[in-house]
Parts: sequence; C-alpha cells; structure tokens
Amino acid sequence: MRYIPNSPDERAEMLRQIGVASIENLFDSIPEDLRLRQDLKVPAALSELELLAKFEQTAARNAAASRISFLGGGAYAHYVPTIVDHLISRSEFFTAYTPYQPEISQGTLQAIFEFQTLVCQLTGMDIANASMYDGSTAMAEAVLMAERVTKRSKVIASSAVHPQYLEVAHTYVQHAGIELHHAPFDSTSGQTPNSAFDSIDDQTAAIVVQSPNFFGCIEDVKALSEKAHAKGALLIVAVTEAMSFGLLRSPGACGADIVVAEGQSFGVPLSYGGPYVGLFATRDKYARQIPGRLVGEAYDKQGRRGYVLTLATREQHIRRERATSNICTNEGLIALAATVYLETMGRRGVQQVASQCAQKAHYAAREIAKIEGFTLPFSAPFFDEFVVRGPVEASQLLDSLAREKGIDGGIALSRFDSSRPNDFLVCVTETNTREQIDALVEGLHSLSH
Amino acid sequence: MNPKVTTHISHNESLIFERSHPGRAGFSLPPLDVEESALDEIIPRQLQRDDDLAGMPEVTEVDVVRHFTRISTWNYSIDLGLYPLGSCTMKYNSRLNEKVARIAGFANLHPLASEGEAQGALEVIYELQQHLAEITGLPGISLQPAAGAHGEMTGVMIIRAFIDARDGKEASAKRRTMLIPDSAHGTNPASAHLSGFTVRTIRSTPEGLTDLDHLRELCAHGDVAGLMLTNPNTLGLFERNIQKICRIVHEAGGLVYMDGANMNALVGVARPGDMGVDVIHLNLHKTFSTPHGGGGPGSGPCCCTKELEPFLPVPRIVRTESGTGVPARDGSVFKLDFNQPQSIGRVKAFFGNYGMMLRALAYVLTHGHDGLREATEAAVLNARYIAHGLISDYEKPFDAPPMHEVVFTDKRQARKGVHTLDIAKRLIDYGFHPMTIYFPLIVSGAMLIEPTESVGRHELDQFIEAMRSIAREAFEDPDLVLNAPHTTRIGRLDEAAAARKPVLRWKPVQTAQAIAE
Repeated sequence: MRYIPNSPDERAEMLRQIGVASIENLFDSIPEDLRLRQDLKVPAALSELELLAKFEQTAARNAAASRISFLGGGAYAHYVPTIVDHLISRSEFFTAYTPYQPEISQGTLQAIFEFQTLVCQLTGMDIANASMYDGSTAMAEAVLMAERVTKRSKVIASSAVHPQYLEVAHTYVQHAGIELHHAPFDSTSGQTPNSAFDSIDDQTAAIVVQSPNFFGCIEDVKALSEKAHAKGALLIVAVTEAMSFGLLRSPGACGADIVVAEGQSFGVPLSYGGPYVGLFATRDKYARQIPGRLVGEAYDKQGRRGYVLTLATREQHIRRERATSNICTNEGLIALAATVYLETMGRRGVQQVASQCAQKAHYAAREIAKIEGFTLPFSAPFFDEFVVRGPVEASQLLDSLAREKGIDGGIALSRFDSSRPNDFLVCVTETNTREQIDALVEGLHSLSH
Repeated sequence: MNPKVTTHISHNESLIFERSHPGRAGFSLPPLDVEESALDEIIPRQLQRDDDLAGMPEVTEVDVVRHFTRISTWNYSIDLGLYPLGSCTMKYNSRLNEKVARIAGFANLHPLASEGEAQGALEVIYELQQHLAEITGLPGISLQPAAGAHGEMTGVMIIRAFIDARDGKEASAKRRTMLIPDSAHGTNPASAHLSGFTVRTIRSTPEGLTDLDHLRELCAHGDVAGLMLTNPNTLGLFERNIQKICRIVHEAGGLVYMDGANMNALVGVARPGDMGVDVIHLNLHKTFSTPHGGGGPGSGPCCCTKELEPFLPVPRIVRTESGTGVPARDGSVFKLDFNQPQSIGRVKAFFGNYGMMLRALAYVLTHGHDGLREATEAAVLNARYIAHGLISDYEKPFDAPPMHEVVFTDKRQARKGVHTLDIAKRLIDYGFHPMTIYFPLIVSGAMLIEPTESVGRHELDQFIEAMRSIAREAFEDPDLVLNAPHTTRIGRLDEAAAARKPVLRWKPVQTAQAIAE
C-alpha cells in the first residue's frame, strides 16, 4: 500500500526487534472469537487511474452540477477567487491538527483570530468563536446558550426560519427542557410581524428570527430586538445568505444578542451541502457562555505577540458534562477558506458582490413579475432571493425547465409546505449573467403558456 | 565579528488588518450587466448597512498570498513529519482524495438539486454507507453528523429514543443514567448531557481496563440507559472483556455505545458489531484520513444495529429499482426517505459534510480490503515499536501491550522538576509535534503517543532517540527542557493572562484625537 512507508520486510524486522512472533500476535489482546477470519467484503484496491475514472463517471450523473442555476435556500453559488483553494491547500494548513501546541500552530491560530475579527465586523457583534459545524447547528447552539444565559426555558422561533434549521433546533433541544414555539409569518409581507411573538413572557429565553428569512424577505430586526428585550429575552438572528452582510444593516446594529450564520457564501463550494462553516457571534458579556473554541491574543516572556486557544474552561475536555457544548472538532479549514475569501475580496469587494446580487435579483424579479400569470406573493424588501408564484405547479414547471432548457430555476416550496404548490424560491447572485436571467424568464414564460 | 542577526521577514507578518491600506483591492468583478436601480428604491435606507464595513481589510491579491504563505510556515503539519497526537490518528492525507472532492460534478452540486439530478452524489453516500457497515459490522448508518462529538450526540439520542419506544415514556424516564469510564474523552459526558442523561463514572482497574465489578454495581441500580465506551480505550488497550461488558449492560436493560475514535486499531481485524456494541460513531477525519484542516471539518458517521435503524436521523438514502435520473451501472436509483416516524430528527442541514464522504470513500477504495487491514497492522506495529523503544527511559503505567497508541508518564522526570508539558515543548526543538498530553485524565502526567501507519521505521527511530535524549537532558540539564522550545518563532505564551483579560478580536488602534472626536 503506497501510503504505508514501511515495507513488509521492514515490518518483519521491526517485529523481530520487539520480540513479537507474527503480525497476528499484535492482536493477542483481542479475544480469538472476535477476530475476523476472512477479508472484509470491500472491493480490492483501485489504482489512481481506476479510482479517478470511477468518480468522474459517478459525478457525471449529477446533472444539476453543470446547469445554469438559480438555487439558494441555504446554499449559494458565488464567485470564488482562485487563490482561496490554493492557499487552503497548503500542507501547513490542511494537514495540521487543532492548534493545541501554540508555538508550532501560530499560522492556524492567527488565521482564526482574523476569522473571529471578520465575523465580528460583518455581524456587528463584539466577539465570535472559531466556527461551528454549519449555520443550522450554530442556530441550535444559540438556542441552548440563550437558555443558559437567561435560565428560562421557552424559545419562540419565526416559522420563516429555514425549515431544516428549525428541524435541527428541534432535535438539539428535545431533551434540554426547552419548549420551542413557532411564530407565524405574515402571508402578505412574507415577514414575521412583531405581533407573531405576542406569546413572549418572562419565561421566554429568546426570540429566533432569520433575516433575510427563508423566503428571502428582510425582517424588521430592530423592532424584534425591542420586543425581546422588553421581556428580558435575547434576540437570536440567523443568516443563511452571509453575503447579505455586505449590504444590509448588521444584526448587531439592530440589537441582536446572538448572531449565527452559514458562512458558505464566502468562498466555499456547494459540495452537495457540506462541509460549510457556522458563524457564531455574541456580546462581550457572554464570552464565558459561548460554545466552541475561542482564540485570544497572548504574549511570551520576551513580549512577542502570539495567539492561543483560550477560555477553555467552557469546553468539554475540561468541564465534561457541564461544558457549554459538546463540540470539539469544528470547521477549521472552511473557516480558513472564508477568511481568505473575505480578505481577498475585502471591504469593497464584499460590498460590490452584495450590491450586484441585489441588483440582479431585483432585475430578475421585475422581469418575472411581467410574465402573465406570475406574481411575487410577498411584499417585503429582499436581498438576493424571492418567492415567485406561477400559474401552474412549481415542481412540474421547474422539472420541465431543467429538462428542456437546462436551467435549475429555483426550489419548489411544496417540498417544505404542501399548501404552496405554485410557489418557488429564486436566488440570483453575481454569478448569474443577464443572459441567464433572460433565459430563465423566457423559459418560465414559454413553459407555462 | 558576528554577522548582523535580523529576524526573517516572514516572522514579523502582522495581522491582515494592520497591512490594510485604503484603495488596495484584491478582487475583480465583471461590470453589472442589468439596469441599476437606486439602492434606496430596492432596499429601504433604514435596512441598509450604515457603517461602510469599517475595519474590514483592503489589500491586494499579492498581499493575501504572501500573508497566508508566511503565516503557514509557523505551523507544523503531517506533511512535515510524525504528528503523534494520541487519539487523533494523524495519518497521511492523500492528494488523490483532495482531487476527487474537487471534481466539478460534486463540488458544484447544490444540496437542494432534485434527487433525479443528483444520482451520482446519492450513490456515493450509499456506497460509503455499505463499506462502513461492513467495516463496523453494524448495518444502519447515517453520514449526517459533522464530527465525532456530533456522531456521539446522534448515537446517544438514538439510545434514548429506542428506550422511550421500548419501555414507554414513563418507564423510560426512570432510565436516565449514562455510564462513562473515567478515561473517556470529554465529549462523551458532554454529549450524554445534551441528550438529557445523568453521567455516572465507571472506574478503571489498575490494569487500565473497565472495572467489571463497578460496572455490575452501577447496573444494579436499574436506571442505566447505556454505556459509552471507547475500544481500544484511551489508554490504547483493547477491552478484552468487551463481550462480558456488553452482556452486563444489556442484561440491565441498557445499550452500548462505542466511541469509534480508536477504530484505526481495528479496521479489518475485528468489528464492533460482533462484540455486542449497539451503536458507534466513526471519525472519517481520523481513521479514514480526511484532513483535519487545523481543526476540522470532520465527519462523524453513526452506525447502529438493525434494531436501532428506525431511529437514525432523516433523510435516509435508500436504493430502489425505479425513479428519475440516470441509474447506476447496476440499475439502481437512489432516493431520499423522509418517512421515518421514529427518527430522532435531523442533526444538520442537508446531508452532512459531503466533501469528507467523497474523500473517505476514495480512501476505502484506494486501500481495498487488503490495504485496510495492512494499515491497521502497520499502525499497531508502529505503536508497539515506540512502546518498546521508550520503555527504558519513561514510565509506562500499564503492562498490557498497547494497540495503536501507547501511554507513558513523566514520573521519572518529575523527580527533577521536569514535567510532561516540558517534555512536549522540548520535543518541538527536535522537529516533532508533541504527543497528546495530560490525557487521559486518570493518568498523572500522561503522554499519549499514536504514530499511525503513516510513518517509516527511520523516523520512528528518530522520534525514539529524541525522546530518550530529552530523558537524559531532564537529568543532566533540566533547565534546557524547562525553557523549551528554543527553536520556534515565539516562546511559551502566557495562557493564564490571555484567559484573564481575553482579547478575542482585532480592533483599530484608537488615537487620542479619534477618541476626542
């Protein structure tokens, strides 16, 4: 096996040296009857050529990967500068472990410190951790944290939060003594109105809202934060399309207490849903309640600046069952990709990409709304995603659009809510050209008339 | 006269924010090709950002490349050499697997693409599940968990859901104890707590194995939902009573969860399913070589018995004979199955860390059945070789021969005031990454060494020689060890001060004038 340096001869010599008669004897502590007597039913080894051919053939059966696409809903196609993959592919980054030995892990530690800073800048918050698995688990952890901070057990989440995020939150809190309530969104505006949270009381730990929400609608985060704070509850804001930070008022500026986001938009390939990276930011005063790893500044005896993992007493390896979370491995390399992306694009690049997304999405929305029989059912302002209501069933329309025009035109909302048969979610980013948008509009028109 | 000594430029690389200069740009975008609306017309002013993203860096592409290239040189990495972190399985990360994960048909595939248009992706998930089922002897698999701890949480929640269904809610509510050995990873109790269990700790015997008498005693209370056991345990020892342990827990009405962190000692040699284990998580970023990336991403598949399968997270990936999309070569079509009423629910959006599944499948197929077993044998042999090489200089607290990792302590060196931390730091001067230190917690001054199969004899000899040399230094020149490392860009950092007044982000330096304004 080419990944194993010692040859069979060398292994035989090593066995002799340590006084073990045979390889089989290395496993003497495993009871005889538990040892496998036959080969695993796994195919024989493939060469590099055979392996690549196999995966290329398999990949070719993912027709959606090469289509013109307007899919969003929690994962977004954005342009990724070439250097992102080059830099994260350096051995020194991708083959390193969690930075437990700071003297020989400063590259990783400084990069995380920069990541934490960038997340704070984007979200408008004081502190951020070194990453969570993804946006959905970050949101679930935020709910658990709100319970720890407030010692209250009721949480009200907008029903316009991404349905899969709500499912994950439900799984996480089902044994934590937290009641998860849902606040209905308004079917005209597409937003979650303040009044939807009227059941808030002095047992409410947090209000959870996504903005832009699952339907692309921008929520009135400021008003919701006032609503939450009036009862001493926290406001948790989730963001699935992190590119919106480039244009929209930050949740921090609107009064959020915890901001969680999916960072995939920042230089991370779609890769069928992962690995992505969860962003988690909060206020200074909650530093000791935050889940996950934190990197902080430190100095050596000579006064040289460096970075270390810090406030570790919150974490599982020290506090065990009383830890703030069970998370250990997070999404280090993906956080690095986001860091390289954000630094390459920089302040102006992120603003320009966000602006192009919004302009193109609004152009697409205007053009689609002109097609006879098509409407935009929600009135709230949006960023780069919006819901379209067609004259026919959305799933069939989108299927024929893919088959006949080679365009993935959106996500049929009937996949999540059977009462919305004709609605679909369209996402337009800077990667979609006007030509593609016009083709989408033409396709929708011709296939529905 | 000595030549003038200066610090290498790469050693002074500052934070990117300190390199930033207004007007520098590292990006280029095509011009906007649609009619531009006034921003206020599409997004009301009060919803727009009002801080102009102040503080975010403005640098060129060259700045970014040099920045990350320079700071990368401050890292140790597997590609540089032995990375013997016990319980972490730092093995070679194949470039071929990286190439596979970057094939456009996978990398550009949206997770909400319709099933029919993502048949290749679903087949990969299904195929990897089949192989992991064979390797563990446990047929029910979900690849959704994103890391080991996430897989643990999933597994423990499955145990809870199973007992709820078996005993009814009322009786099940009396079974809220999770037994965990004192040598376990901290994630085990934390995951048990997340699932609403109370943790009770089982003692280890002086031989470093689970204390059966204590286990029986704890099981006699009638409130045990399960046991979380690492095997080989965190001392690197195979729990030779594993069948008996499983029987005791099962007879007490509980289930056995195995932490699969140490599967690199077992693949192709023995299977948890055959031992009586009910549910296990694997770490694709350990045993199956997906890169650890400086702290993730991981992937923590959860594998269980047929009996527990209905409780796995949704969606499941199932094989059928008919459906939309291009079928696999054998005619199979893959579908997502959401209709699992007993499922614990979803643990992550979409399907898990898919890119890691591709790499792990490439690992399995590149090794084949022979190679998988060969890797296990080589990993155990390497650990035994180190155990043999260090026994004369370091205290080995357990006599039993280790599997894929071995624990030593600083007992002898401590007499000279040299402790495990100092030995670890001195090892850096010899060009090695230190081993895992002060874990497991039950061994005072523990040094847990796991070489993996990805290291040759010559380098093992160098490592052994370095450790023996440090042992000599501890007696002859303890200060040399106490002040290590001497060869790194920075010395030991004051972690206590960092935790007292944490600085967790960069902020612009405020000039007196700016503050006055």
